[in-house]
Amino acid sequence: MTADTEPVEDFRRRARTWLADNMPPSADDADARFDDGRRDVERVLQRKLWDGGFAGICFPAEYGGLGLSMDHQRAFTEESLPYDMPFSMNVPTLGILAATLVDFGTHEQKLRHLPAILKGDELWVQFLSEPSGGSDLAGCLTRADRDGDVFILNGSKIWSSAAFASDYAMCLARTNWDVPKHRGLTMLILKIHQPGIQVEQIRQVDGSMEFCQEFFDDVAIPVADVVGDIDDGWTVATRLLVHERNAVGGGSQYTSGRSTGHDSSRHDDTLVNMVRESGRAGNAHARQLVAEAHIRQLVAGQLILRITQAMTTGAMAPPAGSVLKLFSATNVMRRYEIGLELAGQGGAAWPADRETPAQRLGELTLWRQGLSLGGGSNEIQRNIISERLLGMPREFAADRDVPYRDVRRGAPPAKG
Amino acid sequence: MELELTEEQAFFQQTTRKFLTAECPLATVRSLETDPSGFSPDYWKRGAELGWTSLLVPEADGGGSLSEHGLLDLVLVAEEMGRLVSPGPLVPVSVVASALADGGTAEQRAAVLPGLVSGETVAAWCGPDPIDASAAADGFTLSGVASTVEAGAQAQHLLVGARVDDGVVQVIVPADTPGVTVTPLGGLDLVRRFADVSFDGVAVPASAVVGDPGATADAIERQLQIAIVLQCAETVGATDRVFEMTLEYLGDRYSFGRPLSSYQALKHRVADDKVWLEACHAIASGAARAVATRADNAAELVSAAKAWISPHATELMQDCVQLHGGIGVTWEHDLHLYLRRATVDRLTYGTPEDHAERIATQLLGGAS
Repeated sequence: MTADTEPVEDFRRRARTWLADNMPPSADDADARFDDGRRDVERVLQRKLWDGGFAGICFPAEYGGLGLSMDHQRAFTEESLPYDMPFSMNVPTLGILAATLVDFGTHEQKLRHLPAILKGDELWVQFLSEPSGGSDLAGCLTRADRDGDVFILNGSKIWSSAAFASDYAMCLARTNWDVPKHRGLTMLILKIHQPGIQVEQIRQVDGSMEFCQEFFDDVAIPVADVVGDIDDGWTVATRLLVHERNAVGGGSQYTSGRSTGHDSSRHDDTLVNMVRESGRAGNAHARQLVAEAHIRQLVAGQLILRITQAMTTGAMAPPAGSVLKLFSATNVMRRYEIGLELAGQGGAAWPADRETPAQRLGELTLWRQGLSLGGGSNEIQRNIISERLLGMPREFAADRDVPYRDVRRGAPPAKG
Repeated sequence: MELELTEEQAFFQQTTRKFLTAECPLATVRSLETDPSGFSPDYWKRGAELGWTSLLVPEADGGGSLSEHGLLDLVLVAEEMGRLVSPGPLVPVSVVASALADGGTAEQRAAVLPGLVSGETVAAWCGPDPIDASAAADGFTLSGVASTVEAGAQAQHLLVGARVDDGVVQVIVPADTPGVTVTPLGGLDLVRRFADVSFDGVAVPASAVVGDPGATADAIERQLQIAIVLQCAETVGATDRVFEMTLEYLGDRYSFGRPLSSYQALKHRVADDKVWLEACHAIASGAARAVATRADNAAELVSAAKAWISPHATELMQDCVQLHGGIGVTWEHDLHLYLRRATVDRLTYGTPEDHAERIATQLLGGAS
């Protein structure tokens, strides 16, 4: 930013006018049933932001962004709340993958992809977890073998969000089996829809089909598509995970508008209306529950402000993002639990001809642990907070300093 | 609490910390257990000289703040006092000084503020709930009991709400007015004193009324907000210190040949405690800023702060007691000094449930 950066309040006024003139009003059910039709709508919305000069507020101007501050982004987000926005662009594309590309991409990679992302032309996803891996992300078995100017990719990834509808992935693969596990990994940019890649959707408890598993069969990837250094993919992955925790926890500078279509203040409104309509507005227990849900939302908002500010100024180290992630996940657990308690039997059975708030609250409970699992489980966040933020001793690891080909694994070792 | 302080604020915080560490270490706090006042007048005057009692008082009345908002300076004192479970009537003196600075007549300010600012005198706030009053010749007659009044027995001035025919007024009354009876209470905290204050046909002149009677409800709300902001800052300071002590202990203490801090079961609990602690800091800061700037959402954030911080702080401390093992429930160990303070903070100026009910009223309307 330079001395002639537009003042935040001027930017806010300009954004307010532009949003009113260009963006459709927020749709109540934007988060309820996400489908491919909705995704196409969001690509168009992202393109509107780009054409209007409001895409990528905190992204570098050199790569199509506006190069403005987090205060500008926050102002824009506040003004955008009444409008429909490309919410799903935020996570993972903008907040996680584009953010990582800003940090580690080559000039050419950034030129090729960042403007395309900001225009809504490219959706990205991360290929990190593996069927055999669980939380041991660095115990990656997917392999990329060097063959001249390309790497040949074989293996499988899982839990990637909407890979079937996305365009590119950052894929972590093992490129060296003779060194300890963290030192033999490489991060690769991978075009998803190409021969040799099979994407299968996984049906979740709530019926959604967002998550995918991918199978790679001799996929050639140009060496020019390596992000960061060869065999140093863990450094990139670690930063990617920091961005993920920030984005999911609500503290990313690269997301615009609410991080998802799900508006937590709307969740509170739902509870308030349900308690009123069921004649429990004077019930002391119901009142305490409604208040608790709202208080938790207020605390979450203040915590996001505190931690993001601290990480921006350097008062807290990047692992502080785990504080946000763990708080968000456990906060959702309790807020959904409150919703279920207030829903009562309406959360178990509902009119067949229409959707009710109680039904939605009942269904949400099935997915309650989702945020506690994705993006690093609560247990992993607790390890990070205790070890990297508080300096407590690291857990014993049997695979530390052992060449990866000699590490015991549950799944049969790949050929090599 | 705040991660970014001005240079003056950082210096003030350090000065306060040095003073408290040197003049009122935990051994001194313990020795004051049997002191009727819970603090020495000299200690309080010296704290006042550092600026503790000036920050909510305008310069024209002998006060002055460091930053634009004296309340944000004052929370630094409250937090430091929490870190050392310090004695002293910071909340009642601040509430009354602020009430007089906002609405006091020239005579009231001249009579009360210089003594409060210098630390020579102490004032008590009889709480947000008014007692009964009836109109009398040139004033009112007060009747009723204000219970659990902080520093009630140490105060020379009492600020009390009185219900009169056409609403509520607040009056500032000398504590030695005939008909005022102060009964000191026992209590959980070693040095924080409370009293019941009984008004038995106490005659007060109309000149004792503080502020425009039409604005009394707003004034009382603001007093409550200031009290909660300081109380929350104190609780967070105390909790922060207990967390530090616990983390250090877990690193130093060995069982089965390894430090306690190496056990994942304990690490994970400490991580949860850290998240709660950061959330306490965050909502305390948010509430303080909102009250300092008189933001529209001040009442909401204050009650959210109290409702969140109090139960989480005491639960976090109890977990720290558990992590210490048996030593944590001994008189000798300092943990109980903090647990006492946090528990007293939890139960006074409205319980967490009372403040959740304030939020519920905002969302759902009144209960009846």
